[in-house]
Amino acid sequence: MEGSQQILNLTVVGLTFALYIGIAIWARTGSTSEFYVAGKGVNPVANGMATAADWMSAASFISMAGLIAFLGFTGGAFLMGWTGGYVLMALLLAPYLRKFGKFTVPEFIGDRFYSKTARVIAVICLLAISITYVIGQMRGVGIAFSNILEVPLTVGLISGMVVVFIYAVFGGMKGITYTQIAQYCVMIFAYTVPAVFIAIAITGVPIPQIGLGSTLAGSDTYLLEALDQTLVDLGFAAYSATEGGFNMLNMFLLTISLMIGTAGLPHVIIRFFTVPRIRDARKSAGWSLVFIALLYTTAPAVGAMAMWNLLDTVLVDRHSIGEAEAHTRYEDLPDWMYRWEQTGLLQWEDKNNDGRIQYYNDGNAEFDQMAREQWGWEGSEITNLDRDIIVLANPEIAGLPTWVIALVAAGGIAAALSTAAGLLLAISSAVSHDLLKGVFKPDISEKNEMLAARISMAVAIIFAGYLGLNPPGFAAEVVALAFGLAAASLFPTLMMGIFYRKMNREGAIAGMLAGLIVTLGYVFTYKGFLFFPQLALLPDTAEYWLFGINPAAFGVIGAVANGIVSFAVAKMTAPPPAEIQKLVESVRVPRAD
Amino acid sequence: MSDSENQVTKDRGEYWRKNLKIIGGCLVVWAFVSLVLGVLLADWLNNFSIGGYPLGFWFAQQGSIYVFLVIIFFYAWRMNKLDREYDVYED
Repeated sequence: MEGSQQILNLTVVGLTFALYIGIAIWARTGSTSEFYVAGKGVNPVANGMATAADWMSAASFISMAGLIAFLGFTGGAFLMGWTGGYVLMALLLAPYLRKFGKFTVPEFIGDRFYSKTARVIAVICLLAISITYVIGQMRGVGIAFSNILEVPLTVGLISGMVVVFIYAVFGGMKGITYTQIAQYCVMIFAYTVPAVFIAIAITGVPIPQIGLGSTLAGSDTYLLEALDQTLVDLGFAAYSATEGGFNMLNMFLLTISLMIGTAGLPHVIIRFFTVPRIRDARKSAGWSLVFIALLYTTAPAVGAMAMWNLLDTVLVDRHSIGEAEAHTRYEDLPDWMYRWEQTGLLQWEDKNNDGRIQYYNDGNAEFDQMAREQWGWEGSEITNLDRDIIVLANPEIAGLPTWVIALVAAGGIAAALSTAAGLLLAISSAVSHDLLKGVFKPDISEKNEMLAARISMAVAIIFAGYLGLNPPGFAAEVVALAFGLAAASLFPTLMMGIFYRKMNREGAIAGMLAGLIVTLGYVFTYKGFLFFPQLALLPDTAEYWLFGINPAAFGVIGAVANGIVSFAVAKMTAPPPAEIQKLVESVRVPRAD
Repeated sequence: MSDSENQVTKDRGEYWRKNLKIIGGCLVVWAFVSLVLGVLLADWLNNFSIGGYPLGFWFAQQGSIYVFLVIIFFYAWRMNKLDREYDVYED
């Protein structure tokens, strides 16, 4: 990367950091209510924007479009799953938890099920979900820094940690909320600007959502149709067809699991404790989805168009794949490919020594054999293609000005920092409010509770930073597990707490444990106990999966197990006390006199 | 329990049943556009298209998200109305 680009990147990122810290100083907090739930005074539209930034992580910003680009149609499981969860949250959880009016998710579970044990189990679920998530975010900060700013990983990660420390520890939920609004703006601008330019370049339509369904510029062929055809000609599955990627059963189950998991994520649920009224909680979930949908409806266009650009780069003529001249010569490859080759995320090799690059699906045995016999190809010559470069390299591929590249760097970092801050708050409030005040030291003063919250947040930041620098090899897989756990433990229990008045302590505890054990058991069977691969009981391939269910899609089964066990146990044990049944009834009504 | 308290309890029950009905209707639409149109029937729907979008693909990658938005705002609007009808609307 040239020196001037690096200076520009550092300047843009530095300016956004100054903005975040400035906001944090302006929004300093004094009370536990402000620290945990921003004094319950956040406007629903503002809360929606902050929730969107909180929810959309480095994975949404950097990885999702690339994931979709390579999955095609079945990538829709992530789009529908991650947005559909907001419908569940808006209809089944947000208004009632807001009415309950406390600070944390375990607090609701503990009070509703009149049990400290239930509260502690909920804290364990929350910590398992949030900590695995935050490792990925810190890793994302580190990678964004070291790749784009060309500073050592340690320097990048520590500067990210310092910034999060300042605005999260001092600002609490109030500081985080207003910082996240700024981060949302940086993020969405950084995501949509390159998308608009690329949509114009490929289809002539400036709105990516419409461009994806339009014709290629200067032709009558639809983009998706041309993309399908070219991929099929290269031995891949058609982009918009239902084969390729997941099979239908797994797409179905993965979509539901991600929906339920999203609705059960504690750091997202607590956002709905911060608005003034119950009706604001309902509306705020809608606004969150508006702001999320801006990015999530752009992502499929970014994915498909990036795939198109890639094929366009390696193919001179997509209509005559079998001809030698149809493939790009090595000396004609663009500069951006050479730049990304240095990172190791993109690699190629001239296997048949013809001086041209052949990119095709050599995993398709039939096509591979045909290509070897008829065309003399000896394997796909793009040997490594990391999906994450799709978004990061997009501005360069499309030849956009240097400030756009700097903006994408700032956007990726904003996405990671905003999610990390929300997760750290969920972690610290679980430790200080649920464990310390709730279980071990109920008579703690408000001042000491806040001090404990700040200390636990600082410890969590250092811990997350350490794991970001020395990531356990399983970080990526654990994220799928985090969703499975949220789907199997917290969501069903919260829902039954609201919708089934007779659900009791015994049922809730047994259900949460059943959901946890079933989900953990299934995932560990294939991924290895605590993710040590040598401890796996069965190979992680479709033929060994129970009914062919992918471990990542198993959350819904865990949720069903939770529900069945809860009901069975509740039927056999004493119903909850009268005052708890009254509490449930009052939670169901916005204004009860 | 006095008559007026009985009335309040009865109203609360009715309010809750209506709420459940609205939630149920919304969730049917929610599951239908995503799981039925976006997954189960997507293959067949891909035979049709809107513009350059095969229809099943459109539901899986665009359409469901737009419908989700409509559902949430419809629910918020409908519940506000119900809150007023049963006099539980917050000031």
